[in-house]
Amino acid sequence: MRQSRGVAAAWLVGLAALLVVVVLWSATIGAADIGLRGVALVVLDALGLLEYAAPGTHTRVIVLQFRLPRVVLGALVGTALAVAGTVMQGFFRNPLADPSIVGVSAGAAAGAVAFIVAPVAAIPFGLPTAALLGGLLTGFAVYIIATEDGHTPVATLLLAGVAVQTFLGAAVSLMMIRASDGGLRRAIVWLLGNLGASTWTEVQIVAAITVTAVVVLLAFGRDLNVLLLGEADAHALGVEVQRSKQLLLAIASILTGAAVMFVGVIGFVGLVVPHVMRLLVGPDHRLLLPTSALAGGAFLVVADAVARWGAAATPVGVITAFVGAPFFLYLLRRREVYAL
Amino acid sequence: MNITVTDLSVDRGPTTVLDTVSATVAAGEFVGVVGPNGAGKTTLLRTILGALTPASGRVTLDGDRVTELSSRAVSRRLAAVPQRTGIAFEFTVREVVEMGRHPHTPRLGSDPDPDRVDAAMHRTEVTHLADRPIDAVSGGERQRVLLARAIAQDAPGLLLDEPTASLDVNHQVRTLDLVADLAAADRTVVAAIHDLNLAARYCDRLLLLADGDIVARGPPETVLTPAAIETAFGTRAVVRPDPLTDAPVVTAFPDRAAARSATVHLVGGGPLAARAIAVLDDAGFTVTAGIVPTGDTITDTAAALGVETVAAPPFDTPDADTVDAATTLQAAADVTVAVPGPTAATPANIRLIEAADRRVVVETTADTALDAGPARYAPVEALPTAVTAALADAQATPPVG
Repeated sequence: MRQSRGVAAAWLVGLAALLVVVVLWSATIGAADIGLRGVALVVLDALGLLEYAAPGTHTRVIVLQFRLPRVVLGALVGTALAVAGTVMQGFFRNPLADPSIVGVSAGAAAGAVAFIVAPVAAIPFGLPTAALLGGLLTGFAVYIIATEDGHTPVATLLLAGVAVQTFLGAAVSLMMIRASDGGLRRAIVWLLGNLGASTWTEVQIVAAITVTAVVVLLAFGRDLNVLLLGEADAHALGVEVQRSKQLLLAIASILTGAAVMFVGVIGFVGLVVPHVMRLLVGPDHRLLLPTSALAGGAFLVVADAVARWGAAATPVGVITAFVGAPFFLYLLRRREVYAL
Repeated sequence: MNITVTDLSVDRGPTTVLDTVSATVAAGEFVGVVGPNGAGKTTLLRTILGALTPASGRVTLDGDRVTELSSRAVSRRLAAVPQRTGIAFEFTVREVVEMGRHPHTPRLGSDPDPDRVDAAMHRTEVTHLADRPIDAVSGGERQRVLLARAIAQDAPGLLLDEPTASLDVNHQVRTLDLVADLAAADRTVVAAIHDLNLAARYCDRLLLLADGDIVARGPPETVLTPAAIETAFGTRAVVRPDPLTDAPVVTAFPDRAAARSATVHLVGGGPLAARAIAVLDDAGFTVTAGIVPTGDTITDTAAALGVETVAAPPFDTPDADTVDAATTLQAAADVTVAVPGPTAATPANIRLIEAADRRVVVETTADTALDAGPARYAPVEALPTAVTAALADAQATPPVG
């Protein structure tokens, strides 16, 4: 590893602490005046770590039922997007890759908007299920389109992803033109990404998927490193190239689908966070994946806090794009991000 | 470990790159794959590695078909040094060499033998680069890093694709010395090598590949014959033993047969005369030579370039037939070129030079100067110009001076 073990551990501990702090801090933001101490006490009490004369029921309800689900969901979504982006950039050996590159986000958007325009009452969790299914089906379709004779060249995969995204973008536009005014508004809010009214149920679903996927990916850190050398080299070094590609692509797609299913498409987290972490800790995925996971979570929590702070109901996707795009341009000018 | 290739055919798209190739390489052998661009050298190596699937035939490693082994199993038997490697994000040299340990490292665990990384970097002399980003080292250094990675991989077989292509002379020789050492330590080594002379010097055996087939195989001196080189590369070549290493040295000449017009007869011997023949041949002249002492240095060059030559035993007055043959060649030539020296100074050769209509004498140092009468004088490099000028002379005998 480029960083010695001590430095690596320091990064992980530091970023984990940062994530905890921003989660607690973010939970202080809102109409009711609850300070960091109040939030911390409620959380410790809820975790059973504190024999404490609990704060008023009112405070507990606000923190535990309204603020924390949203904040924790934001952290999980940020983690999922940043990890998916890290995997995609390594997998495609392309600095412009992000979680949406094989069309998962576009497919989720198509599924979500289709459900908004023509809801099917029989589906449990209708909108998120439609989004997740749309995303995964699209990712799988792009993989099938780009595969020939058991080989999936990454360039073909990338181009197939671009074409399918364009097609689905047009389909979404068409559906939105046909939508009612209320449906149009819901569709736009979903497409811009919004952590809105989140519940612990949603948190549990996203947490189950994200934690499982990240743990599996951590075991493939070295394979991702070797894949960066190119497929011929990776094969010579003992990586089952096609099988690893299938697995990595599937997990990154599931992560992306889980990230967008409840909250919509949130851009730039999966593009910018991996780049920044690569600058800070180097390209070794064994360290890059966990640090990106923690940093992505913290970044999206902060972005959502800013969104709640400012004008009412600014979608968090707008904030990440406002912050992420200029920062990415800065990296581009610094030549930290290389041309294709 | 034995690498055996049996009736191997490989297609890339519609073209057949390898056509029923068979070969065996045993442990301890260093086999060079030589041949022109596009002959299929890289394809052969990649198919042995299992990265390409053959259309027919098979590759076996100690009897196990490579297509039926997992990548991990193959990577424990064969290490590869690719011609190029794409590294998009900047790993350090040490990190790249550590990747050679991937086949031996459990998924959740660390390398059981991390010292091999340092040892491998030491052997290819890249230790001082350990902390440099891989994309900040030169092409030659990068090749040595990849060789270190292959050594760290610690496999009984080693496949190298142009391991010396971007190395300086010093590192070409050191690298191949190292590879030869690895073979001597009972590894099975197959290397595609562009440079015929380096291949001849270091490899135990050569496979000469042309148009997807092995056209010659065996020890370098039996493979690198002018005829085989002409078949494989479509060029004429002179093959001589290197005076220092005794390995065959190949010097290729382009075929300018189409441009042949005037005929030049050369009288003389020794290295300068050989050079003169090569220069004239290269310029497109048809060259004849004689009388040359048997075994003179020019005979190899003359034979390789298809130069008709009259030879006679040295230190002896040539017999009448020899003189007649030489006179016939000389009379048929448009210009006679004399290379001053002991060969040109024999009475028979002086008579040949004096009989010439148009003469060009190669300039040499004064003590070997030749009094050839009226003639054009030119250094050996300028011979084509001088011969062309002589051809333009209306009169047989050029003006003095």
